[in-house]
Amino acid sequence: MAPRRPPATKPRAERASVLRSRASAPLATTNGTGAAADRLGVRKTYKLYIGGGFPRTESGRAYEVFGARGGLLANACRGTRKDIRDAVRAARKALPDWSSRTAFNRGQVLYRIAELLEGRRDQFIGEVMAAEGHGRQRATHLVNAAIDRWVWYAGWADKFSQMNGTVNQVAGSYFNFSVPEPSGVVGVIAPEGSSLLGLVSRLAPVIVSGNCAVVLASESRPLPAVSLTEVLATSDVPGGVVNLITGLRSELVTHLAGHMDVNALDAYGLDPAQGVAVEELAVENVKRLVRPPRAGADATDWLSPRAQSPYLIGEFTETKTVWHPIGS
Amino acid sequence: MTLTKKPESRPAPASWGLSKRGIPWEYAAAPESTDHIDIQREYGLFIDNEFAPSRPKATFEVINPATEETLSRVARASKADVNRAVTAARHAHDTVWSRLPGSERAKYLYRIARIMQERSREFAVVETMNSGKPIKESRDVDVPLAAAHFFYYAGWADKLQYAFPGRESRALGVAAQIIPWNFPLMMLAWKIAPALAAGNTVILKPASTTPLTAYLFADVVRQAELPPGVVNIITGPGEIGMELVRHPDVNKVAFTGSTAVGKMIGRAVAGSRKKLTLELGGKAANIVFDDAPLDQAIEGIINGIYFNQGEVCCAGSRLFVQESVYEPLLDKLKARLSTLRVGDPLDKNTDVGAINSAGQLAKIAELVASGIEEGAEIFQPDCVLPDKGFFFRPTLFTGVSQSHRIAQEEIFGPVLSVLTFRTPEEAIEKANNTPYGLSAGVWTEKGSRIFKMAGAMKAGVVWANTFNRFDPTSPFGGYKESGYGREGGLHGLGAYLDLSPNGVSS
Repeated sequence: MAPRRPPATKPRAERASVLRSRASAPLATTNGTGAAADRLGVRKTYKLYIGGGFPRTESGRAYEVFGARGGLLANACRGTRKDIRDAVRAARKALPDWSSRTAFNRGQVLYRIAELLEGRRDQFIGEVMAAEGHGRQRATHLVNAAIDRWVWYAGWADKFSQMNGTVNQVAGSYFNFSVPEPSGVVGVIAPEGSSLLGLVSRLAPVIVSGNCAVVLASESRPLPAVSLTEVLATSDVPGGVVNLITGLRSELVTHLAGHMDVNALDAYGLDPAQGVAVEELAVENVKRLVRPPRAGADATDWLSPRAQSPYLIGEFTETKTVWHPIGS
Repeated sequence: MTLTKKPESRPAPASWGLSKRGIPWEYAAAPESTDHIDIQREYGLFIDNEFAPSRPKATFEVINPATEETLSRVARASKADVNRAVTAARHAHDTVWSRLPGSERAKYLYRIARIMQERSREFAVVETMNSGKPIKESRDVDVPLAAAHFFYYAGWADKLQYAFPGRESRALGVAAQIIPWNFPLMMLAWKIAPALAAGNTVILKPASTTPLTAYLFADVVRQAELPPGVVNIITGPGEIGMELVRHPDVNKVAFTGSTAVGKMIGRAVAGSRKKLTLELGGKAANIVFDDAPLDQAIEGIINGIYFNQGEVCCAGSRLFVQESVYEPLLDKLKARLSTLRVGDPLDKNTDVGAINSAGQLAKIAELVASGIEEGAEIFQPDCVLPDKGFFFRPTLFTGVSQSHRIAQEEIFGPVLSVLTFRTPEEAIEKANNTPYGLSAGVWTEKGSRIFKMAGAMKAGVVWANTFNRFDPTSPFGGYKESGYGREGGLHGLGAYLDLSPNGVSS
């Protein structure tokens, strides 16, 4: 992938002047008079989200994230294979609790995510504007849709099984039923272009049924994802249910795809050119796999109602069928 | 104007209710505080999001059945008020509610659920003060389930296309809903939540003795900024309910109450296009096999008939004990009965609260007298009852035969009739020997027997090794004269939708 940072040969002084305060960062108090703030803002450090906490990448490395219209936004963690290893471990640890919660509880937690995201609408609108280069109106549309999508999926938590589970009328005196159960630890390769709505559209259906996720953020637009993890951390989502790694796809995807303790992989956001290689890696422990669309995830109309479906929940569940005799 | 109850006016603490054979220590009083409660001196009818007096202005008294003190006065609706309410609901449906996308309806319902959760203690205390049920039940069962019902159905509002494949699900229009006094807030939630999720607007008539949590709910409706006319609440005597049911612009009628009144309503809508669901009385059989874990079965039996003072349509009012385990079970049952604390519903230790009204108390007493007269043997713990309020000791009868009134008629009180059986076939036949068919209980360790008995019960809800379990996802309703239609789950949603093939409800 072509590097997106200024060449290393640029003189240091010039490089320093490229750094400027983000349009998306919330301004602290001003005196309300002049256009220029007379107070230096306190910028956020964008870190990983693993096990409910915010560690830096174990490598200590960073890469620069630019807005869609140019301009340096932040240094993001350049995550590694070891970070993925830690994230999978955290996800596996969180799984017994999250998957055994009542569906009602999971639904309430997802709804709470929407509540907290709603409270931060302005922040996310600013972040999406900077990351994707949209005007305020379009960014508002996208953020609203992301919040409503959490609400939509929250409502499926205790209903999905009523649609997908069955009582099967076997030809014998047995009570026979099939129920969906979460697959376990699911790797999610987030869509590259849609920095918030695309991510939410892939993440919510994964966790609503009780799975835990390890998410590879968009490489070029990771910042809204990191801010989303702050929302998750304050939304009663147990640590480890969602874990987020930022960094370069070329350094991360194969490790997630080949990890032997990941049960399923949502590769919808993957570059289709890498599809074959990733799928061959995923086969090693028979991961359940969702392939990228032929045209790539960025061709998706995320605002369309067709971008949300209970069948996406089903992609990351297993069906268990149980028999019991009927008789004295 | 407010009328706040002072603690001194409550009856004696729960420890007074202890039988001498019961727990040999006194319980300290554990009163739930009421100082944050604000019950208005008077409530008007709630139409178009406004409280207004009935026309002509008339009110009736609402009391606390544990103390017999007046809590409030509420408006007595006239026929004209019924028409006003239906008109408001129709207008709201046609101009606002039916034009909102499901996702917006969902968000209104989520708001309602969350506000109910925020105000849960207030709801629980008012429910206990108005109905007589113990605070630990209203706090731990009624209010959480009511909020959960709104939360569950909120999630269906924008998913109707998945609920009934092959059908373009659309609302029926205006729903008239009449609910009883035994679970006032919970019944309100069971009715309003699915109706609104499906896109209908409603007129709810709570029971005359228990309107207060409904009018508190009206405040939640306003806090949630629900469009005016979507939820309307009117109070009045039974005839007002019948006026509502007969109103020509009502599309759907939902009733929970006695079988007798259910039949009146059935006659009233006969020949109309109105869809009807009924949730009526019951005389559930609770069947204990000799391999059942005894202590768990005892808890299930006790919960089955003394929860909510037995004022439960699905109460396990007929206990069928397998003869081989009769003696040890009865001994344990009587001992456990003697530990129940009867008294002030607002005391957190109280197990059995007040009966809802003087009228209901008289009905219970009459049927209990018939049990003695017909030759059954009565057992009651010798607890002291408060000298004010409508209280009845938890009671059980042994030596009951199938034809006794106490084995056939719904008592709707804390009275258990105990019968015996030898074989599963005998239990099945006796259990089904009733015009009712709401619920049943089965206690056995053997899985295959659970499924056989569940299959054989002519009852809409079967509890195996448990009792009185409710959930918004779980369809609830009766067979036979316990009514038809289900509440809860997908089935409960279907009751409020036009699922006919041509889109014209038949």
